[in-house]
Amino acid sequence: MSNNNYILRVTVDENLCVGAGLCVLSSSDVFDQRDEDGVVKLLQEYPDQASYEKVLGAARKCPSKAIKVEQVNGDAP
Amino acid sequence: MSVVPEHVVIVGGGQAGHQAASSLRDEGYVGRITLVGEEPQLPYQRPPLSKAWLAGGLNDGDVHLETEDWFAVNHIDHWRGERVVGLDRAARRLTTGGGETLGYDHLILATGARNRPLPLALEGIAGVLSLRSLADATALQTQLAGARQVVIVGAGFLGLEVATVIRASGIDVQVVEATGRVMSRALGEQMGLALYARHQLQGICFHFNRRVVGITHAQGRASAVQLDDGQQLAADLVLVAIGVQANAELAVQADLATDNGVVVDAFLQTADASVSAIGDCACFTHGFDEGARWRLESVQNAVDQGRYIAGRLMGREEPYRQVPIFWSEQAGCRLQMAGVAAGDDLEVPCGDAHSEGFSVLRYRDARLVGVESLNRPADHMAARKLLLRGLSPALEEARQPGFDLRTWLASAAALQA
Ligand SMILES: Cc1cc2nc3c(=O)[nH]c(=O)nc-3n(C[C@H](O)[C@H](O)[C@H](O)COP(=O)(O)OP(=O)(O)OC[C@H]3O[C@@H](n4cnc5c(N)ncnc54)[C@H](O)[C@@H]3O)c2cc1C
Ligand code: SF4
Repeated sequence: MSNNNYILRVTVDENLCVGAGLCVLSSSDVFDQRDEDGVVKLLQEYPDQASYEKVLGAARKCPSKAIKVEQVNGDAP
Repeated sequence: MSVVPEHVVIVGGGQAGHQAASSLRDEGYVGRITLVGEEPQLPYQRPPLSKAWLAGGLNDGDVHLETEDWFAVNHIDHWRGERVVGLDRAARRLTTGGGETLGYDHLILATGARNRPLPLALEGIAGVLSLRSLADATALQTQLAGARQVVIVGAGFLGLEVATVIRASGIDVQVVEATGRVMSRALGEQMGLALYARHQLQGICFHFNRRVVGITHAQGRASAVQLDDGQQLAADLVLVAIGVQANAELAVQADLATDNGVVVDAFLQTADASVSAIGDCACFTHGFDEGARWRLESVQNAVDQGRYIAGRLMGREEPYRQVPIFWSEQAGCRLQMAGVAAGDDLEVPCGDAHSEGFSVLRYRDARLVGVESLNRPADHMAARKLLLRGLSPALEEARQPGFDLRTWLASAAALQA
């Protein structure tokens, strides 16, 4: 359930990621890095509302713009 | 025991300065933070300016590190468009170009670096540009719209990234380089050659071991670049990308040591305990490399030093110690570097330089000091772990055909456990 009438959906592009790890610094609940090559690992496609601000921050700070956050209507599946 | 300062002032609102402010709040610092930056924008990141932003896929807002609200929510006083011009250490006070004064309990210099100009008199010649800031990038993008022939001076990471983007849009690109190969400061010979081959495939033309001695202009606009062997390269746009110099004027003025940047110790502190320096402007004693002094220019360095300084001001006492990493996107490849291999004496290739992915191990005195990887992120990640733990594969082993860094790391880790 969400209080707003939208939720955020996160996607990552593994081909763009350079393994800088800045996303993990912003929000380690939602992002991790694969142990073998440092490429981003998405832990939550539909993160909790409490982490929205940090997730948006992670998308902004990612130097290779590998993280996309989009608003979708309704509740997480 | 150190006392947590009441008012931290950070000069420079770039990647390092922003990170220090952000990390101070993450660490629970409740004192006053003032971030003073000369640029008019919100803090932003520079890497996309020579890559995705220049290629046209991003807005200015996409490179901002924070929104306006963030500063209010986190109680960070952000002075924009304000240049600090005076530092009085005895009074612990700064003055700005706008005539304001600002006292501090701890001062963090995060003033970054600026592009080195060509040592030629070029005043009044339009069409000669450099790239460091969002304003520079905007000017470059605007002028590229009408350009047909571009000459880039300097085959460092910046020049080559821009060359890649420009070439992809069908414009003619020639690169003039004073040394004998691409990225000769950052990369070893073998990786340099591998990259060079890929740039040639894109149709970029190189002039090595050549210096620019003049720029011909017609009606105040650049029309050709003159080289020291007499060649004239026709150009309607010239990009100067010959490296940077640290912004260390405040330290000089305040009698703090400088040497290729603001000199700081392994705690990123100057000789004055209330002044630290981080990021591109700081020349620091590295815990790793037997006390060698480094000044690095990378996002990782800016971010990790920003985080470190916040922790130190909150009372943590260990020295700064992070494996330096860098990446670049050029000629359609992802290049990643771990460690600092300056002064190395031996290179061991892993894989085939002509294949899609390729790495080079760089040794000094038979010890691994850096790894360069082209489209081989797994090698890069293994290298970071290995360098952090001070592990080094023996030369004989690394030279075996089929040697794999990741496999080696796994077995070394198993042995240590
Ligand atoms: C086009 C480009 C592409 C890059 N690509 C990569 C990459 O792919 N990977 C990578 O790791 N690194 C890359 N870098 C390097 C990386 O961006 C820098 O290392 C990083 O920005 C350094 O951060 P900083 O905060 O130390 O310095 P800066 O980001 O330079 O910030 C310093 C700020 O301080 C301000 N300032 C200076 N003096 C004063 C003063 N007296 N008063 C007030 N303000 C002042 C400056 O205006 C500036 O805004 C790139 C750099 C550029 C320019
Ligand atoms: S910040 Fe971006 S580039 Fe870095 S690990 Fe995360 S997704 Fe990858």
